[in-house]
Amino acid sequence: MKLATTRWVGSLSMLAALGMPGIAFAEYPEQPITYTIPFDPGGESDVTARFQEPHLEEILGVDVNVNHRPGGGGAVGWSEFQNNAEPTGYEMIGVNIPHIIAQPIMRENAGYETDNWKIVTFFHTTPNALIVPKDSPFESLDDLVQYAKENPQAVTLGGSGTFSANHLGALRLEREADIDVTYIPFTGTGPLPAAVQGGHVSGIFNYSMLGVQMQDNARVLAVASEERVPALPDVPTFKELGYDIVGGAYRGVAVPKDTPDEIVNKLEEAFAQTNQRIAEKQEPLGFVMTDITDEEVDKIIQQLKSAYQPILEEAKANQ
Amino acid sequence: MDMLLEALLSILTLEGLVTILAGVTAGLFIGALPGLTATMALAVLLPFTFTMSPLQGLMALGAVYMGAIYGGAFTAILINTPGTPSSIATTFDGYPMARQGRAYEALAAATIASVVGGIVGVTFLLLLAPPLARMAVVFGPAEMFWVAMLGLTLVASLSSGSLLKGLLGGCIGMLLSTIGVSPIGGETRFIFGMPALQGGIELIVALIGLFVIPELISMAAQGRGALPESGKLQGGAGSAVMRMGKHVFSKPINLIRSCIIGQIIAIIPGAGGNVTSLVAYNEARRFSKDPASFGKGNVDGVIASESSNNVMVAGSMVPLLTLGIPGAPPDAIILGVLLMHGLRPGLDLFTQTGVLTNGFILSMGFAALFLLPVGLMGGRLIHRIVVKTPFYFLLPSIAMVTILGTYALRNSMVDVFIMLLLGTVGYFLRLIGIQAAPIVLGMILGVIAEKGYVQTMLAAVVDPIPWLRLVSNPLSIVLACLVVLSVATTLLPGWLERSGRMAKVDRDEEQSP
Repeated sequence: MKLATTRWVGSLSMLAALGMPGIAFAEYPEQPITYTIPFDPGGESDVTARFQEPHLEEILGVDVNVNHRPGGGGAVGWSEFQNNAEPTGYEMIGVNIPHIIAQPIMRENAGYETDNWKIVTFFHTTPNALIVPKDSPFESLDDLVQYAKENPQAVTLGGSGTFSANHLGALRLEREADIDVTYIPFTGTGPLPAAVQGGHVSGIFNYSMLGVQMQDNARVLAVASEERVPALPDVPTFKELGYDIVGGAYRGVAVPKDTPDEIVNKLEEAFAQTNQRIAEKQEPLGFVMTDITDEEVDKIIQQLKSAYQPILEEAKANQ
Repeated sequence: MDMLLEALLSILTLEGLVTILAGVTAGLFIGALPGLTATMALAVLLPFTFTMSPLQGLMALGAVYMGAIYGGAFTAILINTPGTPSSIATTFDGYPMARQGRAYEALAAATIASVVGGIVGVTFLLLLAPPLARMAVVFGPAEMFWVAMLGLTLVASLSSGSLLKGLLGGCIGMLLSTIGVSPIGGETRFIFGMPALQGGIELIVALIGLFVIPELISMAAQGRGALPESGKLQGGAGSAVMRMGKHVFSKPINLIRSCIIGQIIAIIPGAGGNVTSLVAYNEARRFSKDPASFGKGNVDGVIASESSNNVMVAGSMVPLLTLGIPGAPPDAIILGVLLMHGLRPGLDLFTQTGVLTNGFILSMGFAALFLLPVGLMGGRLIHRIVVKTPFYFLLPSIAMVTILGTYALRNSMVDVFIMLLLGTVGYFLRLIGIQAAPIVLGMILGVIAEKGYVQTMLAAVVDPIPWLRLVSNPLSIVLACLVVLSVATTLLPGWLERSGRMAKVDRDEEQSP
């Protein structure tokens, strides 16, 4: 019930805000802010929003209401937001790379465009990690690559979703190492620990968090970050091992395109401060905290778009 | 043992007990509202636990979980609407009982069964977690495919009357489950150019539509009237509870079987609580001396369903706490809370932070015990309200709560329209004898079967005959044999009867409406 009523309160106050825009902007924020997560409760995006909520409320001085609009791997929430949200700064939504890059390319009509909003900040990334069972014959990435060269398609790598960060990571490994592996999509991160521990796949491509979580019963061969992940100091990066693979999921928050700059700056500031406060809790879990704003956002999106586009188009042609 | 004692002491404080009581009560009411599931109950109440210590937070959430799964039984019995998907099977006999004026009896039986189930689950978790956890990881994609197939054989027993109509219902359900972005491969299917349909048809939305709306339409058709009161039962409420207690414990086989089924299914990741109560119900009926009475108000059906789904609460913590594998959707939120407090699932959880973990487990046992007073009192209140209210007041209230609940689920008007549409179609399907249960079962299992099959086939890409991978390990062969056996035990008696090789068993052919 809480979810329904907060939404009402949100939209009623929105109406009030529209009536007197001059005053509303002068002292932003003065009403509750709706923070939509386009995924189910319990996932990484949701958990992060829950971490942020109390700090954002303290910094901004108003209520921040987290609600969920899951479906279609985020696409339902995003398309609704781009079509309906008002640029008043009282509505914001969580955005994820590579989802917002891959879905508009791969789907006939995802209902939204990659650039049709203003991304306030990407507040953290979770680099991909290649994880194998504890009793796996692959002691290192080289073992795995060697075996895959001799036995095309025989290595099965699980991951969360299709054309997701995990899938794109596996595809990039195939290109970089010139091997042919079989990628097996699972729905979300939930089933992956069982797939590794039960030996249902040779390994999985998932995020660094799972690598931290599974330290005791699995082996992390490599992580796809620029530098080693603080929570996994002994695990080499793909770059160290000679493969140019950097990537994973970037999580951030967006507002409608025409939102005034003062408001965007205020939110940027609030998220940056929040990040500093929650880093202590999130970093040990395997998150890599970032503060990517303004031009850097465009740079990252362009950079990843050019990395992913050829892979995606080739995959689309093969479908 | 010291650790267990210490853990017990740490929760036996006034603060601890109040936390559990509040959690159970909150969970009960959220669970009783159609559309608000246990997962959502946990998500909504999660921020309140941030200010608490790790143990208190976990205690609160465990209690909410226990209460919410139990709360689903209220609406299942009183208005034929499963408040959470895990109480679908409770409607089969609970609602007929309510129509016969035995609603309070059904509620009492559900309460006692839930309490027992909850405690059994906690006991399994305390004593057998590590060995049971090893079982959780043996279910790979091929095994999951067979588990789903085994589940689909339930259609035969869920379709009272005509097997053909039951199968038709199952197929409709499986077709509905294919709408939206495909679980493997990510293509969009059957969305007819509408981006909003990418999210597919949410199970709960279909559940509410197919169960509630037809019920509302038939209530409206009756006009004046109300559920028959149970007051005329001899001895009133107190003796109903006693009688049910005696009934439950005098024939413990049903209870024991349901609890074991609940535990086994709870540790299969991905099958979750939605299926446990259906399987337990089916087995209760299969082994009953009087299977024909099921679906017409046999209290054993309620007991089987409600005991098994409450075993699942603690039971699904087995793979979660030991291996970090969430057995049912609400567990994902509990996992989030554990990680947030820096607790990593694994055996360390039982040794290094054993006091905390055991405290959490024990608190779920207390939560189960608290269900008894809270449930019996709350049950009387809700029961009195529902039976005292004539249909012309009850109906619009239920309709409103239903629409709000559906909207709140994903903040989506589209879901509300889908719910109403499915409900209307469901009413006419019911008129021609296609029930809601097989449709919902098809929706739940269609996805599991599809994932299992496609993942197995993908992994088998290098094999000469890929489909052999489906029966390549012992467990999947056993499961496949069970599927064949289950189909045979359902179909053979009918076939023998028709061919005249077995005397026709007396079975009343009349179907109650």
